[in-house]
Amino acid sequence: MSVALAGVIGVALGAGLLLSGMTAPAKVIGFLDVRGGWDPSLGLVMAGAIAVYAPLARWIQRARKAPWTDVAFHLPTRRDLDGKLVVGAAIFGVGWGLGGLCPGPGVVAAAAGRETGLLFVAAMLVGMLAQHGWVRR
Amino acid sequence: MASSWISALGGGALIGAAAVLLLLTHGRIAGISGVIGSLLPPVPSDRGWRVAFVGGLALAGALAGAFAPAAVGASVRSSTAVVIAGLLVGFGTRHGSGCTSGHGVCGVSRLSVRSLVAVATFMTTGAATAMIAGAS
Repeated sequence: MSVALAGVIGVALGAGLLLSGMTAPAKVIGFLDVRGGWDPSLGLVMAGAIAVYAPLARWIQRARKAPWTDVAFHLPTRRDLDGKLVVGAAIFGVGWGLGGLCPGPGVVAAAAGRETGLLFVAAMLVGMLAQHGWVRR
Repeated sequence: MASSWISALGGGALIGAAAVLLLLTHGRIAGISGVIGSLLPPVPSDRGWRVAFVGGLALAGALAGAFAPAAVGASVRSSTAVVIAGLLVGFGTRHGSGCTSGHGVCGVSRLSVRSLVAVATFMTTGAATAMIAGAS
């Protein structure tokens, strides 16, 4: 049950990414490039997602002691800021602005058979493994 | 113009709804880089839902590729740039504990200070990079 639900949720998330325009690198770069001809529409993706998530997530956590398929919620509790967070986010932003893809849209583009999506995801997995090796060095 | 605003808002709402469902059913943050990164070695014990979640994401992509290829945008960068971008996105999202979904949607919604700082940071470096790369 837990696995089937996660699969359906993954499909819904992928459909949302496709509909939103986040899977179109030219659109993402047109959003990040705020000079003349700026396309601000992708700002509404985050706005729409937060408008749904913020109130409902709050309500779920108040109304329930545990999720449907587990004995407890598994949510981040850290509140401290550290250099690792900022450096990591900065590096991610450079990659996002360069390729116009973030992880979810990368997976969607790769599964759609786009060569750039496949190249991006392969490189992303290498980057993730490299980060793991870096912090363990 | 108007239709791209509506699809952005509707797509965003669908992303938010999917993330809410993952919280309700699994009690997890719908952070794609975290879900994928946790599937790489060393592998955790609860990989069933993670594989299904990423598989669902891929299924949506495969269906779009087959039936609505225009929905999957073409790349505007060289293969070399795409590979460099992938390396940076993989390293950066794991080092910074999240990406656009985990920090940008879930973390900002929960008013996490870490996520707000991460989003401000990756939006800034993303915008700077898009402008520098676009100018060349």
